[in-house]
Amino acid sequence: MSGRIHSLESFGTVDGPGVRFVVFVQGCPMRCAYCHNPDTWDMNGGKIMEVSEIIDAFERNRSYYTDGGITVTGGEPLMQLDFLLELFTECKKRDINTCIDTSGIAYKPDNREYNDKLDKLMPLTDLVMLDIKHIDPEKHKELTAQPNDGILAFAQYLSDHNVPIWIRHVVVPGITDVDEYLFKLGYFIGGLKTLKALDVLPYHTMGEVKYKNLDMEYKLKGVPAMDKNKVLEKKEVILDGIRKRRSETQ
Amino acid sequence: MRPEWKDFVGGKWENEVNVRDFIQKNYAPYDGDDTFLAGPTQNTKDLWAQVMDLSKKEREAGGVLDMDTKVVSTITSHGPGYLDKNKETIVGFQTDAPFKRSMQPYGGIRMAEKACSDNGYEVDPEISEFFSSHRKTHNAGCFDAYNADMRACRSSHVITGLPDAYGRGRIIGDYRRIALYGIDRLIEDKNAQKDSTGRVMTDDVIRLREEISEQIVALKMMKEMAASYGCDISKPATNTQEAIQATYFGYLSAVKEQNGAAMSLGRTSTFIDCFAERDLKNGTFTEEQLQEFIDHFIMKLRCVKFARTPEYNQIFAGDPVWVTESIGGCGIDGRHMVTKMSYRYLHTLENLGAAPEPNLTVLWSTRLPEPFKKFCAKISITTSSIQYENDDLMRVTHGDDYGIACCVSSMVIGKQMQFFGARANLAKCMLYALNGGVDEVSHKQIGPKYRQVVGDVLDYDDVVSKFDDMMEWLADVYVNTLNIIHYMHDKYCYERAQMALHDRDVLRYFATGIAGLSVVTDSLCAIKYATVKPIRDEEGIIVDFETTGDFPKYGNDDDRADVIAHDLVEKFMTMIRRHHTYRDSFPTMSVLTITSNVTYGKATGNTPDGRKKGQPFAPGANPMHGRDTHGAVASLSSVSKLPFEFAQDGISNTFTIIPGALGKEDTVFAGDIDVDLNK
Repeated sequence: MSGRIHSLESFGTVDGPGVRFVVFVQGCPMRCAYCHNPDTWDMNGGKIMEVSEIIDAFERNRSYYTDGGITVTGGEPLMQLDFLLELFTECKKRDINTCIDTSGIAYKPDNREYNDKLDKLMPLTDLVMLDIKHIDPEKHKELTAQPNDGILAFAQYLSDHNVPIWIRHVVVPGITDVDEYLFKLGYFIGGLKTLKALDVLPYHTMGEVKYKNLDMEYKLKGVPAMDKNKVLEKKEVILDGIRKRRSETQ
Repeated sequence: MRPEWKDFVGGKWENEVNVRDFIQKNYAPYDGDDTFLAGPTQNTKDLWAQVMDLSKKEREAGGVLDMDTKVVSTITSHGPGYLDKNKETIVGFQTDAPFKRSMQPYGGIRMAEKACSDNGYEVDPEISEFFSSHRKTHNAGCFDAYNADMRACRSSHVITGLPDAYGRGRIIGDYRRIALYGIDRLIEDKNAQKDSTGRVMTDDVIRLREEISEQIVALKMMKEMAASYGCDISKPATNTQEAIQATYFGYLSAVKEQNGAAMSLGRTSTFIDCFAERDLKNGTFTEEQLQEFIDHFIMKLRCVKFARTPEYNQIFAGDPVWVTESIGGCGIDGRHMVTKMSYRYLHTLENLGAAPEPNLTVLWSTRLPEPFKKFCAKISITTSSIQYENDDLMRVTHGDDYGIACCVSSMVIGKQMQFFGARANLAKCMLYALNGGVDEVSHKQIGPKYRQVVGDVLDYDDVVSKFDDMMEWLADVYVNTLNIIHYMHDKYCYERAQMALHDRDVLRYFATGIAGLSVVTDSLCAIKYATVKPIRDEEGIIVDFETTGDFPKYGNDDDRADVIAHDLVEKFMTMIRRHHTYRDSFPTMSVLTITSNVTYGKATGNTPDGRKKGQPFAPGANPMHGRDTHGAVASLSSVSKLPFEFAQDGISNTFTIIPGALGKEDTVFAGDIDVDLNK
C-alpha cells in the first residue's frame, strides 16, 4: 500500500509527545489563510511512497524515538485513510506510538464506507491532534474556504470513541483573537471527554516566503506575528470556556 | 588509619595511591533534587564583581591586561596573588596578580616573544638571548629534526595545527591525589618508583629515571608554592576546603608551567563530595559554606589565562583553556556517580552566571537519576553552558574514573595521557591525489610525484586508488612528524607537574586527527554518482570541477554516502596504525575540528562536491552546511555510523538548533489540560 507523501522529518519535537518521526502527506482541501505549508495542498503533487519505506526509515533510528513515535500530518492525513490504516496497523505490530495531526475536514458523518474505515483506524491511533481553526461557521469559511460543521462533529466522534485529543488553535491578530469566539471554542471543547491538552499557537509569518516562492498570493500580508505573551492571555479565555462547560455538566 | 582519614571507609587506597578505590568506597550517590542548593554569599558576589571589572578592563585594553615579560614561569616563580585575601576561601593565581599572564618560553621562545609583541609587550632581551643561545626549546628541537617532507606539509597546510611551537596540553594530572595523600606521601611513592626501574641503563630507563626526578622536584615546588599562600599540603586534607585547595594547587602548578592547547581538570566533583558529606555530618561546614568554596574554586578556574598570539587564537577560535571537568557518569558496579557536589558544580553557572570555562561536562548515562537529568536540562536551557558526553559508550573501555581532556578526548585519570596531534587535511590530500602531489593553491610539488589523473571525466575507481596511495604517504609523514614533536616536547618542555600526579607506567595515546571528512565523502559521491569534469589551468593542474547530475550526500542517513565516510575513517586509521609511534604509544584518531574547520578550508582549493576554494569545511564529522535535508535524526544517524573503534579519540558533531525546534516553551504549552485548568 502506498501513500502520497510530501516529505519526511526525522526529528519532530512539536508534533506530539516526545521526539517523533513526522510524515507530511500531500494534499489538503482546506485553504487556510495562514497555512505555512501551502506546498502540501495539491492533491496530485508529492511522491508515492510505500508503507514499508516509511517503517524502514523509522526503524533505522528507532532509538531516538523511545518516548515518541510516528506523527502523520500534512496536508490532510485523513484524506488517505487506506494508507493510514495500513501504516498504523504496521505500527501497532511494532509497538510504535501513533498520532494524527488533522483539521478534521475529511470527516463525512454520512459516508458509511468512510466511517467503517475510521472506526477501524481509531483503535490504532494513540492521539489525534485536532486543529480547530475557528468556532464560528461563517468566520471559519472566510478563513479556510470550508465549513466547520464536519470538523466539530469529528471532535465529538473522537470523544465518543475514546480517542485522546489535543486541541490546537492558532491565534491570528485581528482574525482569531476575539474573546467571544475563543470562549465559545473553549465551551465546545470543554464537552469533549477525551481532551488531554490545549495547544494555543501564536501566528507567525515564517510561511509567507513559501507563498512567494510558489508564486501564490498571501492573504494575510501585513498581519503581524502574534505576541507570545498575549497568546497566554488568549489561552486563558479558552480555558475559561472549558471551565464554564465543565462546571455546568458536573 | 591516618587521623586525617577518620570516618572514611578504608580499603586498598590506604596502602597504595588509588583515588578511584577511595571514591568507590566512600561516595554517596544522591537521588534527590536541587532544592538543597545555596545561593552566592556576599563575599562571592563581591569577588565576582571584581573579576567582572577586571574582565572589562582587559577587554578595554585590547584583550590583555598585563603580561609578565621578565620572569619565566615555574611553579614557584611568583609570589602569592589575590583578588581580596580576606574574602577568598580558595586562593592562588598563575602569577602574583589576577589577569597577569605568565611567560612560558619552553615551548618556543619566538612564540613567547610574539605573544608579547602582538599584545604590545616586549620580552626581556636577556630572556630572549638565554632561550636562543643557551637553552633550547621544544620548537627549536622540532625544526632541528624535521625533514623536507615535513616542512613542506606544514607550510602547505595539508597538515595543520601541529603542536610544535606551543604546548601540546591534553595531559590531566590526578590533582586529587594531593588532597587525599598529601605531597610527602606522593614523593615517597615517586622515590619508590625511581627505585623500581630496571638496572640496565637503556635509553628508556635513563629517560624514566630523569623524568621521575623532575616529577619529584615539581612536587616539592608545589609544597613550597602552597606554603607561600599559607597552606600546608604536605599532609592529607582534613576537610572540604583543604581538599579543594590542595586539588586546585595541583592544577595551578600545571598551568603555571604549561601553556597547553587544553589544560583539563579531570573528574573531581564526586571525590570532593566524600569530604563534604563528612563535613556535613560532623557539622564542620554548612551547605552555604560548601557552595562558597566551590564558587570560589570555579571562579579561579575561570581566571586561568595564557599568553597567546592572534594566529593561535585563529586556529582555536578564541583563547580557550579547556578546563574540562567531568561530572556524573556511572560506576562499573552499576551505581550512578551523581552526588550533591555534582549539583554544586553545575550550580556555579547560576551563582556566578554562564561561562564557557570551566568546560563543565556531564558524563551522561541513561541510568543517571531523573532529578539530576531534569536539573541538567534546566541549567542547559538557562545557561547553554553544559557539555554532554556518552558515559554508556566510554565506560565500556575506560571504566569509571576517566575524564575528558579538551572537548572529547577520554583518558583514565592518573593512568593514561595523550600526545595531542592536530589534524591531517584529507580534502587537500584528495586534491594531491588528482594532481600527482602538486599543491592546488601554490602549485608546488608537496606530495610524491605520483601519476596525476588524466581524461575529461573523473573515474571513481581511478580516483580512489590514487587517493589511497596519497593517504598512505600522508599518514607516513604525519605520524613521523608527530614522533619528532612528542620526542622534543618530552625533552624540552616536559610536563613534570602533571606527570608527577600519574602512575609510573602510563598508557600514552598517540592522537591523530582528520579534517574534511564530509567534503571528501561528498566529493567521492559526486565522482561516483554524478559526472565530474576536472578543469585544468594552463599548467595542467586541476583547479576546479564541473559537476553535473545529483549525488547522495553525507548527512541524510543514506548508506551510499555514509559507507564512503565510514570506510574513509577506517582506512586512514589503519594507515596510521602501520607506523611506529613514539614511546610505544597507542594510536588513535579523531574527527573533531570544532572551530579550525575554517582555517583548513581557507587553505584548500575547489573540491568536486561543489565547495569553493577557501570556503570552510564542516566542523568535525558534521555534514556540509545545508546538505543534510532530512532533519536532525537523519543527520545524526549518518554521523553515528562512523566507527568509534577507528576514531577512538572522538567524533564531534556540532549541532545548532533554534530553541523552538527543540520543543514547546513550557510557558506556552503545558501538555496537560488539568495542569492548565488548575493554574
